[in-house]
Amino acid sequence: MPIKSYLALSISGRKEELMTALRNLHQCEVVPAKNQDVLALVTDTPNEKEDDILKEKIEALDSLKLLSLVSGFDTPHN
Amino acid sequence: MNKSATNRRSFIKKMAMMSAMTAASSMFPGILFANEQEKGIPEDANLDWKKGPCRFCGVGCGILVGTENGKAVAVKGDPNSSVNKGLLCVKGYHQIMCIQSKDRLTHALVKKNGSYVRTPINDALDLVASKMKETITNHGKDSVAMYTSGQSTIPEGYIASKLMKGAIGTNNLDCNARLCMASAVTGFLTSFGADEPMGCYEDIDHADYFVTWGNNMAEMHPVLFSRMLEQKALRGAKIIDFATRTTRSSTASDRSILFEPQTDLAVANAICYEIIKNGWVNRSFVEKHCSFSKGLTDMGYGLEDHYEFTDKPQKIDFEAYKEFLKDYSPELVAKYSKVSVRDIKYLASIYGDPNIKVVSYWCMGMNQHTRGTWINNLVYNIHLLTGKISQPGNGPFSLTGQPSACGTAREVGTFTHKLPHGVVTNQEDREMAARIWKVPVENIPSKPTYHATEMFRAVDRGDIKFIWVQATNPLVSLPKTSRYRPGMEKESCFVVVSDVFPTPTSDVADVILPASWHIEKGGLYGNSERRTQYWDKMVEGPGETTPDAWMFIEVAKRMGYGDLFPYSKENHVEEIFNEYRQFHEGAKHGMAPLEVLKKESGVIWPYVNGKSTQWRFNAKYDPACSNGEDFHFYGKPDGKAVIWQRPFEEAPEKPDQEYPFWLNTGRVIEHWHTGSMTRRIPVLHQAMPNAYVEFHPDDAKTLGIRNGENIKITSRRGSCNLPASINERGLPTKGQIFVPFFDENMLINDVTLDAFCPISKEPDYKKCAVKVEKA
Ligand code: SF4
Repeated sequence: MPIKSYLALSISGRKEELMTALRNLHQCEVVPAKNQDVLALVTDTPNEKEDDILKEKIEALDSLKLLSLVSGFDTPHN
Repeated sequence: MNKSATNRRSFIKKMAMMSAMTAASSMFPGILFANEQEKGIPEDANLDWKKGPCRFCGVGCGILVGTENGKAVAVKGDPNSSVNKGLLCVKGYHQIMCIQSKDRLTHALVKKNGSYVRTPINDALDLVASKMKETITNHGKDSVAMYTSGQSTIPEGYIASKLMKGAIGTNNLDCNARLCMASAVTGFLTSFGADEPMGCYEDIDHADYFVTWGNNMAEMHPVLFSRMLEQKALRGAKIIDFATRTTRSSTASDRSILFEPQTDLAVANAICYEIIKNGWVNRSFVEKHCSFSKGLTDMGYGLEDHYEFTDKPQKIDFEAYKEFLKDYSPELVAKYSKVSVRDIKYLASIYGDPNIKVVSYWCMGMNQHTRGTWINNLVYNIHLLTGKISQPGNGPFSLTGQPSACGTAREVGTFTHKLPHGVVTNQEDREMAARIWKVPVENIPSKPTYHATEMFRAVDRGDIKFIWVQATNPLVSLPKTSRYRPGMEKESCFVVVSDVFPTPTSDVADVILPASWHIEKGGLYGNSERRTQYWDKMVEGPGETTPDAWMFIEVAKRMGYGDLFPYSKENHVEEIFNEYRQFHEGAKHGMAPLEVLKKESGVIWPYVNGKSTQWRFNAKYDPACSNGEDFHFYGKPDGKAVIWQRPFEEAPEKPDQEYPFWLNTGRVIEHWHTGSMTRRIPVLHQAMPNAYVEFHPDDAKTLGIRNGENIKITSRRGSCNLPASINERGLPTKGQIFVPFFDENMLINDVTLDAFCPISKEPDYKKCAVKVEKA
């Protein structure tokens, strides 16, 4: 059950748009920086396959300039 | 999933979010996350939020700590604090995570037959008092010493001073602020006769230009840097970074100008040369409010034990000063500073333009300098010549490192030469201290003894036979620890360490006392902008942890000084502050009363007629001005600030054939000083788990060094092995390497040089010569 954290950089001035788009993806938690076009993003998916699908969806967002992985955790199923 | 798995999962998510934010803070200068503090607080939580200052840096952000069932569970920025307006940096958010650390010092430990034995606190304090007394009886008052901290609270510093100077009668008290702020103090005193900045953080909202002198604010003063970036975005304010290394601050600045180590002295003089040459001097300001002086030169560097120096100021006139500056034309200075003529003229034009408001910021780059007092003086010269001082958005601003380097070390005066008001050499100041402390004036010696470096030399020599180290970790933070660690291990000195966590310093102690962390006791801190911040005790500390001030009082009582320390355990913070406040009564340094400090998120002194003085020496804002003019530098008897003639002099040790690199040391955003707290905060430790040595890529290529490779750095004092870092956090200039000092497993201070500024006695951690080789 992967949990991953990323830094997502929006295209200049489109931080709000990126934040809304990410929040609409459900498996994402987002905290926007107060003073830069950067979002801290945590994804929480049930398995690797869904994690890959989610990542593809995120990377397809228009307002995203760059996605950079910070950390990954895999928690066991229970 | 069951409940514990859910909790674990949400904990991991929180850690993942924190990791992302921590990574962001090291990649994007000045980045702040406003909502983060609320994350991880259970929705049904009924938290009690209490205000206080951040435990870490001298910015002094206001925090709110959320407590539940007697435990601190959350931290957020205090929206009422004008310092940080609800925001915090990555260290600030995570600060309370260290107090639960498994290796927390919870009980006193006494060394018996080579191993530590858990001992009731009262027995340990008995032992400390009896050892101190016995040492004084056998070897005299000056055989005992205390070394405290800019992280001590105001009451703690005050009690330390009263015990050592008033009760025992020795000036053997110094503190770690000697290692970071002493040059700022002597700079202020020599130029203005009064310590601490004339302006305040609100300058950021008014300045057109910020010139940072050897100061990586994005990592060291992140909340202030984010305020500068905000003004850059809002109003087009410009940031000019003048440094010896390209950092996160440089990349976020409008212009980065690099100089050869030590030549800031020459460049500052060249700026003054240009200001005069181009007719940019504010003549009426200089005529009315400035005088000119020169001091001794070729002072040496304090490398030998018992080194002493006293400056002999001599008045000069403007013409003599102008003549002196002839050696500092941009053309001459460019030759050795590696700053182009164009850049020197550019810097001068910013300061020289009467329509531009400019603030200069600095911290360790200028203070940890063998000519630290001089470079402070020289930057003041620039502001004085142009009259850009003591006005909103115009002024020189020396930033502090530690949370109460100003409040405790400088204002209370936990230096060997200081008293809570004034200095030990001044009869009136001694009389005031004797009156308030209720001790005979003869108790207070009139001669300063050991500054920090000399204090640890005296331990090594065997002259000091008892030392009590409080809230600091000198065996990681002193220069040339290769000498001072074996010195402290010697049988000749009984070592007491009070701290929150074990450190390499507590490792050599005979007695370890378990100290309360800041929110486990009440206290007051004073930050860089003269802001005093009060907080109440918020949670109980574990085991027998005890506030440092109370441990000092208990020892004082056991030594027979009970009458002088009549404070109650419950209210000692208030009682001590009310006593201390008497030292600063009046319009020049009046401190707000406790009832005001309890309500407000910090109050700037001088606090006069219910109002803070934001810009000192300017009659418009400062009620202490009394000369009938616009400005009054009342710290000096003639009411004038001093423009100092100070030359460029070389560093004591420069790269040569055998040791071909400059070594520069410093900090990183994730860690607070020697890392004893922040390395116990998992998210910060994971983000920056160990120190490293930065190379310029060309040097790395020439030496065939790859990223991560283990490198041995050697100086004439010692050596240290670290992994190489190329094109990562910072970029040193060619011929220079940089190492952060937070890592107790990679002690770079075994390599550094214990040379210091002869006036301030502050060591220079930024320049010595080393060689590098693959380990
Ligand atoms: S900038 Fe300094 S005072 Fe503010 S939160 Fe960060 S460490 Fe604390």
